[in-house]
Amino acid sequence: MTNTIIWTVAILTCLGLLLSLVLFWVASKFKVEEDPRIDEIEKTLPGANCGGCGFAGCRAFADAAVKAGNLDKNYCPVGGSEVMNKVAAILGCEVKESAPMVAVVRCNGSCANRPKINDYQGAESCKVKAALYGGDTGCLFGCLGCGDCVAACAFGALSMNPETGLPVVDESKCTACGKCVAACPKRIIELRAKGPRGMRVFVSCTNKDKGPVARKACSAACIGCGLCEKTCTHGAITVADNVAYIDFAKCKLCRECEAVCPTGAIHGVGFPKPLDKEAVKKRIADRKARAAEAAKAAVQPEVKKEESNG
Amino acid sequence: MAKLTFSIGGIHPADKKLAKDCKIETLPLPPKVYVSMFQHLGAMAKPVVTVGDSVKAGQIIAEPGGFISAYIHSPVSGKVTAIGPRKDLAGFNQMHIEIEVQGDEWAEGIDLSPELVTAIPEDRDFILDRIKMNGVVGLGGATFPTHVKLNPPPGKTADCLILNGAECEPFLTSDFRILLERTDEIVVGAAIMQKVLGGCPCVIGIEENKPEAIEAVRASVNRLGYPGIRVATLRKRYPQGGEKQLIDAVMHRQVRSGGLPIDVGAVVQNVATSLAVYEAVQKNKPLVTNTLTVTGDVIDPARQHNYLFRIGMPLSYIAEYAGGVPEGTVKIVSGGPMMGKAIANLDAATVKGSSSILYLGSSTLRHAATPCISCGRCADACPMGLEPFLLKRLYDAQDIEALEKNAAQDCIECGCCQYSCPAYVPLLDNIRMAKAQVMGVIRARNAKK
Repeated sequence: MTNTIIWTVAILTCLGLLLSLVLFWVASKFKVEEDPRIDEIEKTLPGANCGGCGFAGCRAFADAAVKAGNLDKNYCPVGGSEVMNKVAAILGCEVKESAPMVAVVRCNGSCANRPKINDYQGAESCKVKAALYGGDTGCLFGCLGCGDCVAACAFGALSMNPETGLPVVDESKCTACGKCVAACPKRIIELRAKGPRGMRVFVSCTNKDKGPVARKACSAACIGCGLCEKTCTHGAITVADNVAYIDFAKCKLCRECEAVCPTGAIHGVGFPKPLDKEAVKKRIADRKARAAEAAKAAVQPEVKKEESNG
Repeated sequence: MAKLTFSIGGIHPADKKLAKDCKIETLPLPPKVYVSMFQHLGAMAKPVVTVGDSVKAGQIIAEPGGFISAYIHSPVSGKVTAIGPRKDLAGFNQMHIEIEVQGDEWAEGIDLSPELVTAIPEDRDFILDRIKMNGVVGLGGATFPTHVKLNPPPGKTADCLILNGAECEPFLTSDFRILLERTDEIVVGAAIMQKVLGGCPCVIGIEENKPEAIEAVRASVNRLGYPGIRVATLRKRYPQGGEKQLIDAVMHRQVRSGGLPIDVGAVVQNVATSLAVYEAVQKNKPLVTNTLTVTGDVIDPARQHNYLFRIGMPLSYIAEYAGGVPEGTVKIVSGGPMMGKAIANLDAATVKGSSSILYLGSSTLRHAATPCISCGRCADACPMGLEPFLLKRLYDAQDIEALEKNAAQDCIECGCCQYSCPAYVPLLDNIRMAKAQVMGVIRARNAKK
C-alpha cells in the first residue's frame, strides 16, 4: 500500500518535471517578439474594451498606436486627454488635443409634448419597432422609447426617464464612445462637444417633416421656420430638410436662437442662469434697429448726391 | 382522394370564417382616393400624371420603376389633386397620387360586360403583355408582379401550376367568396396561365373547410372542359397556403434553401390573381379592384361583409361604410390574424393586396414575455424546419454567421413559432430582424461576386 503511494508520487513528480522542461523549451523556441510598449499602453488605457476608438478593444488600439508610431488617428474617447498624454509619453510623440465630447439626445418628444396615437405591443426593442412601423406617435423621426441605447451603454451613463419616456445622459459617466449613437435606429443621439464648463446649445429635434406636419405630431418639434438661422450672427445654424442644425464648432453660446425658437426645440444646457428670453429678444431687436439705421444712413448720402446732380 | 398537406410543422388555429356567408357587395365611390406608388414587391412605380390632369378609370397613372415592378392604373375617373407623401398603414410616408372622384367613366378598350369569355388567345407574348400592362400582381399577400413569375428564366420549365385557394388564415373569406361567385372566371384564368407556362397541368388547391367551393370549382372545371385542370382537397392546417408548403403538399417536392419554386418546376398563384389575370387578358381590365373582408371577433354577425373595393379607397372610409369601428376593438389588423399587420393609421389607403379589415378584441392582446423554457414547441411548429428558439438566441448574440448556417433566411414569417410559444417570447419579431440582417449579408456577398 505504502509502496503504491510512493511509486505514484514519484512517477507523477518525474512526469511533471519532464513536461515542464518540454513546455519551457517550447516557450523559448516559439516565443513571439512583441513590443513591450503595447502591454504598457494597454495597462494605461481604461480597459473597457468598448470600441469607442474604432478598434476592436484596448489591446487592438495599443497595437495600432505602436505600429503607427504616432497618435494622429488614435484617440481614446473614454480616457480623454489625461490618458492620451500618458500614452503619448510612452510612445514619445505629440497628442492632438481634442475637445471632450458627450452624447446628446436630440428629441424632446416627451409624453406631454408628443401624444401617443397607438399602443405598441411587440418586442421591446427600438430596432424591431422601427422596422415594423412608423411608431406609436405621429412623429416618424423621434425617440421610440424602448431603450436600445440604454442597453448599448457599457458605462451606465444612459437611463430612461419614466416621466418623459426619453433617455437621459449622465454626463459624469458618458465617455462619448459612440455605442448609443450606433444603437439608435432613428439616429437621434449625437456626439457633441461638451462645451466650455459644460455649456452647449443644440436643436433637440430631428423631424424632417414639413412644419405643420411636424408640429401636429409634437408640440416641441423643429418646424424648420429658419428664425434661428436668420438670427444667428455666427453662421452656426443651417436649416436643411425642414430641420435646423447647430454646428458646435461655430456656436458662440449667445443663446439668441434659443430665445427666438417658437416651439422651444432649441435647448441650452449647463448655463449658470436660466435664459431671460425677453432681454435677449430686446437685444436682437436693438441690434436690428441699429443695423437698419446704419443702412438708412449709408443710403441717404447717395440719394442726396443724385439730387444735387439732378 | 386523400387530403393533401405539407410534411412538417404547422398549427391548427380556430377557423372563425365568420363572414363566409356574406355575398360580395360593391362599395360606392368615396369623394377622394389615394393611390400608393408602392403596392407591389420591387421598385416603386413612377407617376406619369401631374397635378390637375383629368384621368379615367383604368388609365395608367404610374409606370414600373424597374424590372420587378408594376403599372398602376387610376381606379376612378376624376382629377389628380396632389402627388406627394402620405402615411401608409404602418405609418411610414409613401408617395401617393390623390384623385378627386368625378363620375365613373372608364378608359376606352376595357370590356365591363359580365359575359364569360372562354376562348383563350393563342399568342403567349400577347397574354404576358396584357398581364403586364394591366398591372397584375400576386394577390396572395406578397404582391409579386405576375408577369415576371409567369415568365420563368430560360432553361427552367414549369411542371405544374398550383392555384392557391387554401385561405388558411382564420377570419379571411374573400378568396372563398370569389371561388363561389366568380368560379368560371378563375378557372379560365387558370387555363390562361397554363397556356403561358406551356400547357403544364394545373392543380387548384382548396382547404377541406370550404366544401362548397370545392364542389363549385369541380363542377366548373368539368363544364368548361379545359384539359389538365384538377381540384385537390387540402387538409385544414396553417400555413397550408404558404408557397413552399403548397408545393410540398401537391407535388411532394421541397424547395431548397435559397431556391425559388420554379427550381422544382412549380408556379404558385393565388385564386384572386387568377381572377385578375382573367380580367386583364379577356376583358383588358386593369387590376384596380379586389375583394376585402370586414370581420373580427368583436363585431356582430350582421355587420360582417365581403366588399369589392377599388384600390386607393381609405380604410377608414370602408370601415365607416361598414358601420364604424365596433366597441371593444383593441387592435385593427389588415390581412389575416397570423401574418397580417396591425394598422397604425386607419386613414391609410387600400392597395392591390389589401385583403381585410379585422377588428380584434382584448383576447388577442399580447402577454408579457417570460424566459424561454426550452420546451421546443416552436421547433415542432415551424413548417420550414427551423429552430426559432435558437435563432432568437443567436440574434440576441448578434452571431450573423451562425444565423445563416441555421437558415434564418428561410423563415416565411408565418408566426407558428410565436403562436405556439407557452412563454410568450416574441420570437418572430426577432427572427424577422435576423432574417433581414442575413439577407443583407447574402446580398452584399452576391454583389461582390
